[in-house]
Amino acid sequence: MSNELPLIDVKNLKQYFNIRTGMFRSKPLKAVDDISFSIKKGETLGLVGESGCGKTTVGRTILHLYKPTAGEIWYDGNKIETKSDIQKFRKKATMVFQDPYSSLNPRMTVSDIIGEPLDVHGLYSNKKERMEKILNYMDLVGLNSEHAARYAHEFSGGQRQRIGIARSLAVDPDFIVCDEPVSALDVSIQAQVINMFDELQDKLGLTYLFIAHDLLVVRHISDRIAVMYLGHMVELASAAEIYDHPLHPYSKSLLSAVPIPDPKVARANQRVVLTGDIPSPLNAPSGCPFRTRCRYACDKCAESMPELDEVSTGHFVACHRLAEIND
Amino acid sequence: MPLLEVKNLCTSFFTDAGEVKAVNDVSFNLERGKVLGIIGESGSGKSVTAYSIMQILAGTGKIIGGSIKIDGQELVGIGEKSMKNIRGNRISIIFQDPMTSLNPTYTIGKQLMEPIILHTNRTRAQAYERAVEMLRLVNINEPKKRMKQYPFELSGGMRQRVMIAMALACEPDILIADEPTTALDVTIQAQILELMADLQKELGMAIILITHDLGVVAQMCDEVIVMYAGSICEQGTADEIFYNPCHEYTKGLMRSIPTADTAGNKLHPITGTPIDLLNMPKGCPFAPRCDGAMKICIDHRAQGMQINDDHYATCWMNVKKGLDSGDIILDEEGEDNE
Repeated sequence: MSNELPLIDVKNLKQYFNIRTGMFRSKPLKAVDDISFSIKKGETLGLVGESGCGKTTVGRTILHLYKPTAGEIWYDGNKIETKSDIQKFRKKATMVFQDPYSSLNPRMTVSDIIGEPLDVHGLYSNKKERMEKILNYMDLVGLNSEHAARYAHEFSGGQRQRIGIARSLAVDPDFIVCDEPVSALDVSIQAQVINMFDELQDKLGLTYLFIAHDLLVVRHISDRIAVMYLGHMVELASAAEIYDHPLHPYSKSLLSAVPIPDPKVARANQRVVLTGDIPSPLNAPSGCPFRTRCRYACDKCAESMPELDEVSTGHFVACHRLAEIND
Repeated sequence: MPLLEVKNLCTSFFTDAGEVKAVNDVSFNLERGKVLGIIGESGSGKSVTAYSIMQILAGTGKIIGGSIKIDGQELVGIGEKSMKNIRGNRISIIFQDPMTSLNPTYTIGKQLMEPIILHTNRTRAQAYERAVEMLRLVNINEPKKRMKQYPFELSGGMRQRVMIAMALACEPDILIADEPTTALDVTIQAQILELMADLQKELGMAIILITHDLGVVAQMCDEVIVMYAGSICEQGTADEIFYNPCHEYTKGLMRSIPTADTAGNKLHPITGTPIDLLNMPKGCPFAPRCDGAMKICIDHRAQGMQINDDHYATCWMNVKKGLDSGDIILDEEGEDNE
C-alpha cells in the first residue's frame, strides 16, 4: 500500500477569502493556510477540528468549489488546473453535505435529484437507462423503487441523507468528500448511515475524506485522522494512534473533551479543559495559532509557526514544545 | 417530599391532521440537588415534557392530564399570572440554540437585568450589580463591558454562558437545560458542562438535562429517563441504565454508539425509523423497530416493571426473561405476579 500512488494529493493548499473591513479596505481571511496531505485509494481520512477551523473549506477547495488561492491538488497522478480538468475531476469526486434538509431541492422528485448529476455529465444514452441507473443507486442506499416519484419533504432525516448519498454516487465516483454527513441525525439513525458508508466503501472501493466534529464517529470510520486548528494542520496520524497517543496539546484537549458514554469512566476522566474560544481567523495569533489557548506556550511559539514533522512512522505533529510536553 | 413531582403527564398538540400525543403518561420525581437526564430521539417528547413543566407550549399544544407539583404546589391549571411567578424564579430553562434565544435588539445587560427586576425587590442599581456578579459567576471576562454589548458580539459559548447566567440570576430551585450544548463544539461543550456541574454544587439546585448525547448523560446525571414516542420506556440511576439496560430500545441506543472497540467493525444500529405520532400502534411503540418483538408487544403496551429499587422499564422482554429463569410464575388467569 505504501508505495502506491495516492489518489488525492494536496500540496501546500491555501484558501484565503477577502473580507471587507472598510469602504476601500479588505483583509485576507486565511481559512486554510498551507496544508498538505494525501489520501490513498480505498482509505478514509478523517478531518476534525472546532467550527471555524477550516475543515469544510478544505473539502470544498479540493473539489474546486472555491478556486484555491495557492497550492496544488493532484488526482490519481494528474494535476488539476484547467477547466476541463475540473470537469473531468468532478465526475470522479463528489460531495455529501451536512444538512439533509437544505441540500435537497424541495421542488424535485427523488429520481430527479439523483438523476441530475447523470444529466449534467451525460451518463446515459436513453431514458430507460437513466431510470435503471437511478433505481440501482436507490437500491444501493436502501431506498425502495416506489420512493422515486416522491419529494424530499416526505422523508425523514436519515432517508434524506440516503438520497443525498445516492446523488453523490450517481456519477460513479472514486472519491467522496463527506462534510459532516451524520451530525444532523439521531444516534440510532446515525449508526445506520455510518454502516452504509462502510458497506459502500467495501462494495465500490470508495475513498473518503470524512469531515466531522463528532470524534467518536470519526474514530470509528477513519483509517487516518488529521486535526486542524485555525486553518493549519496540527497533527496527522492513524486513527488508533491519535486516540491512544495524541501528541499535540490541542489534540489532547480536544480528545479529553469528548464525553464518554460510560458513567464510571466519565467520572474518573481527567479533563484538560481548554479555556477561551477559538480566535477569529481575521486576527490570527502570530506563530503557532494555538498558543493563545496553550498551557505550554513560550516565546518561540509566538515567533514562528512550527513545521509539521514526522515524529514516528506516519505520525506528524506541528509543535515547538513537543519534547518538553510529552516527557 | 420530592422537589418536583410529575404524575401521569399527558400533553397533546391538536393539529389539522389530528391529535398528536407528544407526551403520554409521563411520571417522575426530582429530588433537591440531583441531576436528572432525559434522553431520546428527536420527536420522543423530551422537550415537550420540559415545556409542559414550564407551561410554554406552542399555541396548539395543551396539557390534557396529569399533575406537576413543585414542593407540593400544583402547577397545572394555576393560570398564567401565577405561572409568571414560577418561571425564571423557581424553575428556569435554557434552550438549545444560544444564537436565537437571546434578543438581538437588546444589550446583554438589559436582558440579564429583566428577570432580576421582575422577580426580586432589587432596585435597578442593585439589579445591575447582581447581573455583573452573575456574569462573573459564569466565567465571562470583563463583565462590565459585556453588559453593554449585543448578542452578536459574543461567541456561541459566551452566549450560552449568558443564558445560564440569566437562568440562574434568581436562584431557581430547578434548572431545565434543553440540549444546552448541542450547538457547541466539544471543547466549548466541556467548558459549559463543567460550569453547570460547578454551579449545581455551589448553588445546590436540581437540574433536568435534556439531551440526545449519551456521553453527556454519563458525565453529568445521577438519574436517567429514556423516552420513546412520548412515553418513558426506562428510568433508573445512570449506572443502572448504562450497565444494566432493561428495555430493548435502551439496549439498541447503547449498541449504536461508536466506541474505541467498534473501530473497523460494524455498528449495530436500530433498524427502521422513529414512529409517526399520528399513527400510534396499540402495543409497544417500539415494537415495529424491535428485533426481539413478540406477539404480546404488538397487542399490549407493557406497564412500568420494577427491575430493582430504583429502576423501571416498560418492556415485555423482562417478563419473558423472568419466565425463562423461573422468577415469575403465571397464575390461573395468565396474569403475571412478580
